[in-house]
Amino acid sequence: MIQFKAILIRVTKEILRDKRTLALMLLAPILILTLMNLVFNSSTDTKLKIGVADNVPGKIIQSLPSSKVTIRHYPNSLNRAKKIQSDDLDAFVGRSKNKLEITNENEDPTKSSQVKSIFANALLVSKIKELSLTLKKISLQTSTKQTSSNLKIKNSYLYGNSNSTFFDKVFPILIGFFVFFFVFLISGIALIRERTSGTLDRLLATPIRRSQLVFGYLAGYGLFAVLQTLLIVLFAIYVLKVAIIGNLLLVLLTNILIALVALVIGLFVSTFANSEFQMMQFIPIIVVPQVFFSGIIPLDTMAHWVRFISYLLPLSYAGNALTAVMIKGQGLGVITNDWLILLVFLFIFTFLNIIGLKRYRKV
Amino acid sequence: MANSDHTIASISHISKSFGSKKVLSNITINIREGQILGLIGPSGSGKTTTIKCLLGMERADTGFAAIFGQKMPNRQILEKIGYMGQTDALYENLTALENLTFFGNLMGISGAELTATINKNMALVDLTDSLHQIVANFSGGMKRRLSLAIALLANPDLIILDEPTVGIDPSLRLDIWTQLRTLAIAQKAIIVTTHVMDEAEKCDLIGLIINGEIFALGTPAELKEKFHAASIEEVFLKAEVSSK
Ligand SMILES: Nc1ncnc2c1ncn2[C@@H]1O[C@H](COP(=O)(O)OP(=O)(O)OP(=O)(O)O)[C@@H](O)[C@H]1O
Ligand SMILES: [Mg+2]
Repeated sequence: MIQFKAILIRVTKEILRDKRTLALMLLAPILILTLMNLVFNSSTDTKLKIGVADNVPGKIIQSLPSSKVTIRHYPNSLNRAKKIQSDDLDAFVGRSKNKLEITNENEDPTKSSQVKSIFANALLVSKIKELSLTLKKISLQTSTKQTSSNLKIKNSYLYGNSNSTFFDKVFPILIGFFVFFFVFLISGIALIRERTSGTLDRLLATPIRRSQLVFGYLAGYGLFAVLQTLLIVLFAIYVLKVAIIGNLLLVLLTNILIALVALVIGLFVSTFANSEFQMMQFIPIIVVPQVFFSGIIPLDTMAHWVRFISYLLPLSYAGNALTAVMIKGQGLGVITNDWLILLVFLFIFTFLNIIGLKRYRKV
Repeated sequence: MANSDHTIASISHISKSFGSKKVLSNITINIREGQILGLIGPSGSGKTTTIKCLLGMERADTGFAAIFGQKMPNRQILEKIGYMGQTDALYENLTALENLTFFGNLMGISGAELTATINKNMALVDLTDSLHQIVANFSGGMKRRLSLAIALLANPDLIILDEPTVGIDPSLRLDIWTQLRTLAIAQKAIIVTTHVMDEAEKCDLIGLIINGEIFALGTPAELKEKFHAASIEEVFLKAEVSSK
């Protein structure tokens, strides 16, 4: 017991002394979240800049939504590509006979498809107008009442509201990811340092149990993971104004679980690295794929066998549980399975670590 | 060894390879209480590996090692062994005291007992004034001395020191050897590796390891006689030549 406590105290002290690592663990996630929040929440209200030749029917131009586009008028005979370049247009519209010709800049394909759908809409709207005019004429003649043309759409949302952005959707997953990433990296590097400096040999030349060493690490880094999670979650709620619907305690517990899993995986992976730099090389193999399967990209659109990969990655369960609690407000009943699987990861890798330390001491 | 009752550590017929490279072959050494065993030999000859096999940090391919009559590796036995590796093995961003406390706790000592032994051993290595200094700010020799103090903390019966006096100035080196002799007189057993031949002269028993084999084993006087040499340094040089 005294040995376990010694490890715990030492790990804690070392992190506190190492100001840069501490800052990396606590401030880096906050910085990245703030930036992402800015990026995702500000990109929605830019207007499309569209050039229109003077032979395009005015009716269609009028039915373009003025909140989404700014129109500039040009004589017809111009070189379109040149005008797009020189006036920084997103698209140029002209007419030849009964066709609308849209030249897209297509630097950003999402803008091109926006232009496409806006014009498709505008055509539809002007057609409906014509249609309703005809209908009116008919109804005047037959004097039957038509009410259907006044239908409007009202949206309601199961989760979130009309202001929900992409950021709100990925935020829970991001939290899980940050906790995983930083704990993975820092704990792995800590063990490598311990090995290269010879302190691991010295540790294992004392009567400490291998399990005490692993549990001491778990407790020490677990403590900082709790701190990190608290900071991220509170910052998100009070500064970034992210709505968290479910139980905050469940969010914290889930994150602690993620941190512990990251810790044991980090420790385990570090036995295959001989330097801090080699530890970094595991990031593209171990950490990045987890991002793809954590739910940021919808899993239900993937092929079945691809989805199977996600069953092997702890972050997919973490993302699942966090999304359930934070966005859907679901409780313990829904996330128990995810927790159990994370616990299985935790047990397996803890066990592997305790066994793995046999490389450095045979008992 | 004649007086096997007082044997503290024994290495019997140990061989060890790393991959296809043979590092140790058929090493046999015994050390009794009150003895200082010096392991000497060219760099890369296998001194550190011998020590690691004895402690159970490396598994020997053949042969076995025993300490206090218990076959190694054995975790409980480690409580009675003070080990100082060839690297300093200190936590650089902790203070000397924090390092000492940490390793002391791991050896199972705490409280007043720990404080007392810390003060005693820090005085021995002349570091009392640097107790609260961060280790990263230590000089090379200071780190070596702190590392030595840690190895001696638990008042172990077997002390294993891998090149303990590297980077330590001559007068302090003398102090340390005086202290090692005092410990030996108190019936401890000490194993030291060194490249300093006048230190080897101070050992009770010298094991000369060349290319992973015990080339010669005996008291300094015996070795000098065997090689017709005036000093251990000469023994070393002659042995190295004749082994080629
Ligand atoms: N983990 C290892 N893997 C592969 N080879 C090793 C390993 N450890 C040691 N060796 C090799 O074993 C041989 C003996 O090494 P050892 O460290 O025991 O030498 P040494 O006598 O202590 O040398 P020095 O005086 O320089 O400390 C060397 O050739 C070394 O390259
Ligand atoms: Mg060595």
